[in-house]
Amino acid sequence: MSNMEKERSELLTEESEQINWTKKHLLDIDDFSKAEFDLVLKTASAMKEILSRPIKKVPALRGKTIATLFYEPSTRTRGSFELAAKNLSADVINLTPASSSIVKGESLIDTLHTLQAMGVNAVVIRHSMAGAPYLAAKHARASIINAGDGWHAHPTQALLDMYTVYEQKKRLKDLKVVILGDSRHSRVARSNILGFTGVGAKVTLCGPLTLLPPSINYKYHPYPGIEIEPDIQKALNGADVVMVLRLQKERQHSGLMPDIREYKNHYQLNRQRFALAKPDAMLMHPGPVNENVEIEPELIRCPASVIDRQVANGIAVRMALLYLVIGGKNDEI
Amino acid sequence: MKSKLILKDGLIIDPARSIEVRGDVVIEGGKIIDSGPGAAASHSENADVVELNGMIITPGFIDMHCHLREPGFEDKETIKTGSLAAAAGGFTTICAMPNTQPPADSASTLSFIAQTSTRDSLVRVLPIGCVTAGRAGRELAPMIELAGAGAVGFSDDGSPVGDAWIMLRALEYSKPLGLPIINHCEDLSLVANGQMNEGKISTLLGIPGNPSISEEVMIARDTILAEYTGAWVHIAHISTAGGVEIVRQAKRRGVRVTAEATPHHLCLTEYAVMDYDSMARVNPPLRTQADIEALIEGLNDGTIDIIATDHAPHTADDKAQEFGLALPGISGFETALAVLLSLVHAGKIKMADLLYKMSAGPAAMLSSTGLKLGTLEKRAVADIAIIDPDHEWTVDSSVFLSKGKNSPFHGTRLKGKVKATIAGGKFVFNEIGKN
Amino acid sequence: MTTKIVLTSEDIRRTLGRMSHEIIEHNRDLANLVMVGMRTRGVPIAHRLAENIKRYEGTAIPVGVLDFSLYRDDLASRNIQPVVKSTSIPVSIDGKVVILVDDVLYTGRSARSAMDALIDMGRPSSIKLAVMIDRGHRELPIRADYVGKNIPSSRNEDVRVQLIETDGVDEVSIYNPGGAQGE
Repeated sequence: MSNMEKERSELLTEESEQINWTKKHLLDIDDFSKAEFDLVLKTASAMKEILSRPIKKVPALRGKTIATLFYEPSTRTRGSFELAAKNLSADVINLTPASSSIVKGESLIDTLHTLQAMGVNAVVIRHSMAGAPYLAAKHARASIINAGDGWHAHPTQALLDMYTVYEQKKRLKDLKVVILGDSRHSRVARSNILGFTGVGAKVTLCGPLTLLPPSINYKYHPYPGIEIEPDIQKALNGADVVMVLRLQKERQHSGLMPDIREYKNHYQLNRQRFALAKPDAMLMHPGPVNENVEIEPELIRCPASVIDRQVANGIAVRMALLYLVIGGKNDEI
Repeated sequence: MKSKLILKDGLIIDPARSIEVRGDVVIEGGKIIDSGPGAAASHSENADVVELNGMIITPGFIDMHCHLREPGFEDKETIKTGSLAAAAGGFTTICAMPNTQPPADSASTLSFIAQTSTRDSLVRVLPIGCVTAGRAGRELAPMIELAGAGAVGFSDDGSPVGDAWIMLRALEYSKPLGLPIINHCEDLSLVANGQMNEGKISTLLGIPGNPSISEEVMIARDTILAEYTGAWVHIAHISTAGGVEIVRQAKRRGVRVTAEATPHHLCLTEYAVMDYDSMARVNPPLRTQADIEALIEGLNDGTIDIIATDHAPHTADDKAQEFGLALPGISGFETALAVLLSLVHAGKIKMADLLYKMSAGPAAMLSSTGLKLGTLEKRAVADIAIIDPDHEWTVDSSVFLSKGKNSPFHGTRLKGKVKATIAGGKFVFNEIGKN
Repeated sequence: MTTKIVLTSEDIRRTLGRMSHEIIEHNRDLANLVMVGMRTRGVPIAHRLAENIKRYEGTAIPVGVLDFSLYRDDLASRNIQPVVKSTSIPVSIDGKVVILVDDVLYTGRSARSAMDALIDMGRPSSIKLAVMIDRGHRELPIRADYVGKNIPSSRNEDVRVQLIETDGVDEVSIYNPGGAQGE
């Protein structure tokens, strides 16, 4: 398609393009419609272009305030949200339990009421307990954005992963996406399973059964249509996307798996195993990477690796989400 | 040495193929090349012929549970002496439990066992790997690595996998390997200090008792965990009627559970301990006649899949102690078949069924080896036991080939004996013509 | 309600042709021009102007697309936000003369947003505004440099621009909801 024709087809869709974004909060992606996925991907594209400008700022969220409330430490996710907010000209305040009255025993609900009184439009919350953002959503008038709750969900990570694949492959449907590693304890994995299957991709989980979500190899599991394949060679065969999960060192000697050595021998992604995927396969990792544990060091920066691009795309996707969630009229705060 | 060996005129009982017929078996190149009535006729040139006069020819026995004690406890037994004893008992394949020193929780220990076996053993030795590192019950052993090094199953035997969460994870972890977790089912908190079966006799003797429920509770637990995960659990040395019923129900529900029973649990009751005979001290303990009846019924209806010896040799000093201090265990290779034949002679189980539980049954659990074991069909490995079911003899443990002379059957008059054993086409034990 | 056609497809063709000549006349150094169409209908107009200039003078002028939704001054007060689409300008605008192109100039707020966006993207030597229709009612001090047609309108009227590229037909009409027939 020529440039002119492409623009024409974009232009033709204008009439249907009032945003159909009705979510006040972003708690999970298990209720995203296909249209909502498309909208996020499209808006993220636009935001990515802004990031390539000399001035990466637009005034879209000027006058709005976003608070980050991280009960678990994080460099990349918190930094990513902060930059996203600032690129949209919003103001940001960062709260961490250690440095705030939370350590004095202030409950989550009290903290939210305090933020509300300060006039915050959105709270980005990361918590070690699944469901904490849902509790927050019940008690806050601000929009709540889930930056990771326990083992449950990490919707913005899944969306940026989906955007990264979409950006390169130009489609998501029917791609073979392999999630390799400890998905039992990974909210990233769970959200990606929901996200990718929600847009018609085919997801395969690979790892020792003790590190796959419980019940997944028993009789009942909540992810219809995904494949479980404990044999890494079979799993990687013909993959379009290989997403490697971090193996926390605490997992070994815990009864879930013998030791790092056995894991590396049978589940580390090395060049030989990666070669079983398609020649144009993408290599992803949500970070931070444990070099030479779950992945061979040479692969981290190989041409197929998009790990750095995931980080960059994280900002674009979070800008898109902040715009969609609080870009319009303020609710009464 | 001629190139062929002909076993002439025996009673061929091949339970794997439901064959029971008078005939000959022809062996060449370590394999069975012909069998049946008159088979000898077409192979008479260049053949050694052994006349059997109706003695039973059956596939060599396979033992899924024995203790060879090497590495680490060579006083009690070595792989070499254990294999001599096994051969004398008609066993051609034996699976070694990993409670050695060091325990078999690494590929390097398995490699040592494999090398020693190749060098010293008369029969095939297959290793069982540990479930947990060091058998300590806290962390998983590298089971994928152990399977790659030849382990045919995993167990922490002498000890149970006591923590239910660890057992659950072990079942999950081993499931893709298709190999069983073999559990020594005893809830140690219920065993407490028990040294024999808890019941009338233990009360009379004043010995702390190990109640049947300690086994039943853990069998129940393990069948439930196996059901939940869809993985395979094998119940080691089942000894209680309650345990048999639990396994029966679980099998009905489709759970992947298998079970083994030992010759001593099928033939001796707690009365064997009556005079504080430490030779009868064993884990799990000898129980009651009702339990024996239930075990026999379990064998006959398929609830119990195989016979396993739990051959557990000890030094004389280990056993020459007060009952409470004596180590539990019975040196069982050399009496296994004869002891079990008493059940056949009493009409409690058919000969072919018993032999099935000692060869074809265990062979079905060893498909991971890729070997065709436990059968006399053409081209199978020539692993054969030759039995005289009428030979009467008195057990004399002092002449056992095993280093372990610890047997409660010493002095017992038994009817039926393994007269010869062939492994890989060669005689590894031969008393044909001896009395 | 009434609908009155004020520009036919022939009128549009002539108007755009005249605008192209004006642009040529007032910009000595055509090579330094960049046309930037404001989404949505400014884009095809920008392309047409550039095509005309190419035909008349032989110079190819680069054409870009600008989505200025994120710079709108009414974001905070709208119930429904606009969909953000892509912005893409094929050359650097530093030091260039940028001609912003839109279909209708009304309050001037879109043009102001577009200018803010452009200035965040680079430093043009100057920005000019070309619009096909000027309907009056400015709320900001913005004026167009090149105007196709002045069409006075009242606030309750709707100036509807249709172009082949977006709507399948070239036509400009005024729609009056409370016209002669009454409703």
